Amino acid sequence: MKEVIERWQARVRQAASAGTPLRIQGGGSKDFYGGSCAGESFDTRELSGVVSYEPTELVVTVHGGTPLVELENVLAGQGQMLAFEPPHFGPGATVGGAVATGLSGPRRLAAGAVRDFVLGVRIIDGRGDLLSFGGQVMKNVAGYDVSRLVCGSLGTLGPIVDVSLKVLPRPALEASLRFAMNEAEAVEALNRWGGQPLPISASAWHGGVLMVRLSGAPAAVASAVTRLGGETVPDPEATSFWISVREQQHAFFADSTENGGVLWRLAVPTAAPWLGLDGDQLIEWGGGLRWLRTAASAERVRERAIALGGHATRFRGGEASVPAFQPLSPALMQIQRQLKQAFDPAGIFNPGRLYNGF
Amino acid sequence: MSAISEAVLAGEQEGDYSAVDKARVVEALSRVLPAGSLMYESEDLKPYECDGLSAYRQMPMVVVLPTTEDQVVSILKICHELQVPVVARGAGTGLSGGATPHAFGVLLSLARFNRILSVDPHSRLAVVQPGVRNLAISEAVAVHELYYAPDPSSQIACTIGGNVAENSGGVHCLKYGLTVHNVLKVRGVTIAGEIVEFGSLAPDAPGYDLLAAVIGSEGMLAVVTEVVVKLTPKPQLAQCVLAAFDDVVKAGDAVAAIIAAGIIPAGLEMMDQPATVAVEDFVHAGYPLDAKAILLCESDGTPEEVADEIARMRQVLEAGGATEVRVSRDEAERMRFWAGRKAAFPAAGRLSPDYYCMDGTIPRKRVGEMLEAIQSMERKYDLRCINVFHAGDGNLHPLILFDANQPGELERAEEFGADILELSVELGGTVTGEHGVGIEKINQMCSQFTRPELAMFFRVKAAFDPAGLLNPGKAIPTLNRCAEYGRIRVSGGQLPHPELPRF
Repeated sequence: MKEVIERWQARVRQAASAGTPLRIQGGGSKDFYGGSCAGESFDTRELSGVVSYEPTELVVTVHGGTPLVELENVLAGQGQMLAFEPPHFGPGATVGGAVATGLSGPRRLAAGAVRDFVLGVRIIDGRGDLLSFGGQVMKNVAGYDVSRLVCGSLGTLGPIVDVSLKVLPRPALEASLRFAMNEAEAVEALNRWGGQPLPISASAWHGGVLMVRLSGAPAAVASAVTRLGGETVPDPEATSFWISVREQQHAFFADSTENGGVLWRLAVPTAAPWLGLDGDQLIEWGGGLRWLRTAASAERVRERAIALGGHATRFRGGEASVPAFQPLSPALMQIQRQLKQAFDPAGIFNPGRLYNGF
Repeated sequence: MSAISEAVLAGEQEGDYSAVDKARVVEALSRVLPAGSLMYESEDLKPYECDGLSAYRQMPMVVVLPTTEDQVVSILKICHELQVPVVARGAGTGLSGGATPHAFGVLLSLARFNRILSVDPHSRLAVVQPGVRNLAISEAVAVHELYYAPDPSSQIACTIGGNVAENSGGVHCLKYGLTVHNVLKVRGVTIAGEIVEFGSLAPDAPGYDLLAAVIGSEGMLAVVTEVVVKLTPKPQLAQCVLAAFDDVVKAGDAVAAIIAAGIIPAGLEMMDQPATVAVEDFVHAGYPLDAKAILLCESDGTPEEVADEIARMRQVLEAGGATEVRVSRDEAERMRFWAGRKAAFPAAGRLSPDYYCMDGTIPRKRVGEMLEAIQSMERKYDLRCINVFHAGDGNLHPLILFDANQPGELERAEEFGADILELSVELGGTVTGEHGVGIEKINQMCSQFTRPELAMFFRVKAAFDPAGLLNPGKAIPTLNRCAEYGRIRVSGGQLPHPELPRF
């Protein structure tokens, strides 16, 4: 592994001095996400495998190029899991890609996002230096939290050599409930339940149907089932439903980008009211994540997202000229640019993937 | 005022601010602040000379107590223009000297930013000013059956702004997370006087996660003026198990066994015998005093869930060789179990004129090794140490007892502490789990990070604070300092002189 890391460092130094952009890439399953970027392919899968895993420490350290499915299988073998339930979006998904895109799945609102589980990273910066931040322990406030900065940075700060993640035990039991509710009823109910000590681990509303998943100790799940009512959805239907939402194989997502269609991802406060935009919606995360298929203009979608206190991402499809991510205030944009400059002074890592210019 | 040199910006050496003109700074600040918000006579400055790390004292040049964000903006613009260092301060309970004043700087107290601005029980969030006390949030939202989860021991006094600066934890963070997991948004002002918002009320925000960078940044990146915290539903029931062990290593192994059984306790704490004896005298928690170590394991949730989890914990603890397992029978007994743990610091204060609290975090499986090493350090430095741990997350708080009036004891205590921190790094951990680096652990940062890593920290700071005026000299050691300290970490985990035994 040491030779690979040294080779990567040499390659980065060479690219930096020649000004050659590098397109950092794992399995390419999330290539659609973010701005498009050109550059020489830099395949992270050369560094693959679990570096260390101690179930009783609740920590796994893994190379960025490790297939996500491989890590999940290793954890499942010990009755543990990645609690943020990352989407794969394809068989080739890597752990580095999950961290770099910062995308989390259905359990996000209950358990936390990828960034909440990252304990440490090693990256190669734009000078070719191998840098280690954070570590393998749960609590660590030595230095700025660079590990979390790397989450969602889309490779623009440098390739992830390895990452240490907090893992959790798999819940002893899961049960799913189905309710007939309109959008407003569902959002109201999810927020009301969110204020009660209930073991809700996922929610998805679409087309007048709200699905809720409960996870935890059998006694807690059983009492919540009684308390909430609704119709119990048996397995394997329930399990495949949650996978279809996570992987965007649910009917709502089918052909969402055909005929110039756009799939928007709106992150909003959980209790935000109706978006006020035409189109079809799938709502997750207790109301905080709203997938939207709409013919409305990007300006209109973003204006509504801001008005509701959130932001809108052009997730799939649409014009490449429309920035994927919501533009930032000038003061924030300046800090972000300066951070990019700090890690990658030559601007060689995935230029344009996050924002114009970086 | 001369521009800041390249060497300072690159983190090679500390800035020299001795040319700051106090009269000019006072005059400029008096134009934007009412008389009661600006202090510069030494008798007024005295209360600010230290924070919770009272061994380090420094009188500030000026103290300001703004009441509005506009005033904060004006203060920072003036300091930026006149190149004056700024140190933000909450309640001053920090244990690492993060709020130690700068001799040529402005100490910016946020004590008057003490209002809870709004509570939204339906969305489970509260908007608060940074000077609001941690516990005051939970008290204010208790009527909605909600609370703010992070509970540092100092929660009666410490402020949420200080918690943001240090990424504070507490005894329940194994299950409920640290400050970074429970804060949605931070509004602040940059040194240039620009208002910025990090994070959002939505589940995430676009671009790099600046919220994560700001939390735990020890006042080095921006001055916080408003915090939006996440509120958590109060569990229906909490119960605590007290387990006694005749051997500290067995207690440590039992911690791992609980996790291995798939249990994430709401709290998992360990105290060694000297610690239980010290607190028992003081709070009468009913701890078994013949035990070499005790564990406190808390379970919370629905009554059915708690009953189930407690039964499983009991089984694991008994299988792990516990000599006694007691389950709290009611809330009063649960509070009594915890009272002992929470009284560890004051108890240390009763045992000894001074104590020095460490904050290393190590992988749980190395706890036994660390305890043995601390025992030999007690002999080496001829000082006593009592140990309390957030065992669930490997965060250690050894309390080194000393008497500052005895010549040499403070120095021995500091060396003792430095040894513990360096061993923490060597065992795969960190020099600070939740108290921050401040000035206290700045030398040990040289052992934990390489030169390029430290240089990157300076660049990150410069992205927010290009002039380097926010809390200079804290948290990140200059490269010159590390060279003098002589212990900069070399790549690959190898320490200088690996052949030497370390205790």
